[in-house]
Amino acid sequence: MNASFSVNGRPVDLEGHPMERLLDVLRERLGLTGTKEGCGEGECGACTVLIDGEPVLSCLVPLLQCEGRRIETVESLAEGPARSFLERFVASGGVQCGACTPGIVVTSWALLREKPKPTREEAREALAGNLCRCTGYEGILRALCEEPER
Amino acid sequence: VCITAADLPGPNGVQLLDDGWPILADGFTLHVAEPVALVAAPTRLAARQALAAVSVEYEPLAPVLTLEEAGALPPLHEIRLENGDLESALAGADHVVEGESRTGYQEHIYIEPQGMIAWFERDGTLTALGSMQCPYYVHKALVHAFRLGDEKVRVRASAVGGGFGGKEDFPSAVALHAALLARAAGRPVKMIYDRHEDIVGTTKRHPALIRHRTGVSRDGRLLALDIDILMDGGAYSTLSPVVLSRALLHSFGPYRCPDVRIRGRVLRTHTAPNSAFRGFGAPQVQFAMERQMDRIARELGLDPFEVRARNVVEAGDRLPTGQLLDASTAARLCLETAAERTGFRERWKALEEARARREEGEPMRGIGLSLYFHGAGFTGNGERKMKSPVTARLLEDGRIEVLTAMTDMGQGCAAVFPQIAAAAAGLKSDDVVFAEPDTSEVPDSGPTVASRTTMIVGGLIADAVSGLRDKVLAWHGRPIERFRDAAQAFQREAGPVEVTVRYEPPEWQAFDESTYRGAAYPTYAWGADVVEVEVDPDTLAVRPVQVTAVCEVGRVIHKTLCAGQIEGGTLQALGWALMEEVKLQDGRYLNDRLATYIIPTAKDSPRIDVHLLEQPWEGGPFGAKGVGELPMDGGAPAAAQAIENATGIPIHEIPATPERLLRWAGEETQR
Repeated sequence: MNASFSVNGRPVDLEGHPMERLLDVLRERLGLTGTKEGCGEGECGACTVLIDGEPVLSCLVPLLQCEGRRIETVESLAEGPARSFLERFVASGGVQCGACTPGIVVTSWALLREKPKPTREEAREALAGNLCRCTGYEGILRALCEEPER
Repeated sequence: VCITAADLPGPNGVQLLDDGWPILADGFTLHVAEPVALVAAPTRLAARQALAAVSVEYEPLAPVLTLEEAGALPPLHEIRLENGDLESALAGADHVVEGESRTGYQEHIYIEPQGMIAWFERDGTLTALGSMQCPYYVHKALVHAFRLGDEKVRVRASAVGGGFGGKEDFPSAVALHAALLARAAGRPVKMIYDRHEDIVGTTKRHPALIRHRTGVSRDGRLLALDIDILMDGGAYSTLSPVVLSRALLHSFGPYRCPDVRIRGRVLRTHTAPNSAFRGFGAPQVQFAMERQMDRIARELGLDPFEVRARNVVEAGDRLPTGQLLDASTAARLCLETAAERTGFRERWKALEEARARREEGEPMRGIGLSLYFHGAGFTGNGERKMKSPVTARLLEDGRIEVLTAMTDMGQGCAAVFPQIAAAAAGLKSDDVVFAEPDTSEVPDSGPTVASRTTMIVGGLIADAVSGLRDKVLAWHGRPIERFRDAAQAFQREAGPVEVTVRYEPPEWQAFDESTYRGAAYPTYAWGADVVEVEVDPDTLAVRPVQVTAVCEVGRVIHKTLCAGQIEGGTLQALGWALMEEVKLQDGRYLNDRLATYIIPTAKDSPRIDVHLLEQPWEGGPFGAKGVGELPMDGGAPAAAQAIENATGIPIHEIPATPERLLRWAGEETQR
């Protein structure tokens, strides 16, 4: 099938199998390897991207659902309004190995756009679908809730 | 292409401590996930189709699946440690307390699964690039299996998306498989495990069964420790001998006891091999020792703090190995600080009383305390044998390049090393760069394991960079304004300049591997955890609410990263204690997906208050000790004690899942 959608503000038009995973389209066809695969079945959240502003697991999204959508990946956060949050995220100890980080910052950014000052409970709820095995979530929550760095 | 054991170019063994772990099964398999044939194809789809065309005929034999069954057979490994006269000490004790503790498997669940790319260069050099903790382990395994010269194998570590010990030995097997396929296909081969394969096929933490018989005086002092450790090694030995060794050397906990007899065995069962996992045997035995301390406390009517305070080791004491503890011994400081910060004794007593008064259906709260320690660096004479080198050399632009084989898997050596180098040599941090871990460039500074990276290799970096700076200074002969200019000028005259330093353990650190006597580790890090839990009265689901981790790790080099190690390790320990359960049927892991093997999410995680204490240790860079594994030791026993405090259900086994708690509560009522 043919699909037209936008990725990080740029129009994309490509041919592919309708069941091709958005994750593979991003990583293998568009070279956007910031998005990671941790489980391939919607459990770990490492592959989270934004579709029309909502956090979505790209390993569970087939190409046929992408038509006309606005997709944002972690690469789009590198510059612009997310920048200061990302810097705080690193300074707070939100990153260790980095494999969950793209999914976590994408999910976090979606929350912060809705709610610039979330409580710990709200942040925990928003991140419940993103597994991190390194940090114990403390550094991540400190960054999201703007608590002091250690 | 498709290959089997018949196609191997050399010995059929993954070279590690020995090569008894087959690369591909040849005629028989010892566990359900053992690799039999390898298939590669240009696309994932074609590979799946090709795989479907391979059929393996198995003739099932009776497997050994439990420690009880395996105990009847000769062990894979056995070691002993004795001090004093156990039997007469037991005979003279006022109380003899017996107890049995069990700990389960744990799967690493690094978020990035195992993965490797291998190819042969035109000149015949075999290159492997992938996710690993130990480039030189992979190098050794490839050299051995392909019968190639050292210089004909090149291993490069990519950024590592989590390791926790799971990428200590297993990447050697993945690299061998990818390289065998690359050789057969004549082109590069990429092998990435999906999560299911990663859970089913790779190593896990050793399950353990630990029996204690302890002689105690009337006033609660330990007089005699008789400990029997059984660990489930799975089908092949991998790193089990060294895991067992570390287990033995931590089994007595941070306590004084003159007379001990400790026996440790690793038994063979028919599952995928169990191997390295953060803590490396120490979390299992310290869970058991801490549970035993709580049994003793109950028998003598002491609270959990008091029984520990009466036995904790201090500077000048000797461990059962005979090792004299130095001035950086901080167990009592950790214990007292943790208790003070949390008001532990009053809170524990209040919750004990609340439990007695509780009405049916009321929520349950409990608090628990643990005390633990972790030997930093390789066990015994490991560092002495390795004499790890680190090289610093001048680049053309006058910067210093540091070469080590260490990988950053999230613990942060990429941040900590430049900090150490710059501070040690009085340079700016951008005057120093670090080479990628690539065996064709960097020396074998050892594996990224055993909490040794900052303490051992960090110290070598400080020495190598300072040595190189001194060479530049000596040549320059007067104060330097800009280091890079002087270094450039020096090189123009002298040519390439480099300094290599090798690790020399302190002379007094001698250890006898036949008797297990001596200084097993140059130093120890210490910790005390207080865990508060809430238990649902209907489901018995345990939710950790608040953890206070007081850790003494020598000088803290990078506060955020150091605390991050403790925060993450603590939650990993709580996952192991409360929810991470590997279910087995006929040697097959039943919960082989992230949907069924449950690790803590943000919603399961407690507040973790890390309090770092610093007693600089002269052997580490700026006084630093090892950190990474320490926090794995304390969470489980503190959580178990907290559950007992909340519910009165005795906990002798982890994970303490709601289903098990319900069963144990029933058994307790029947008694």
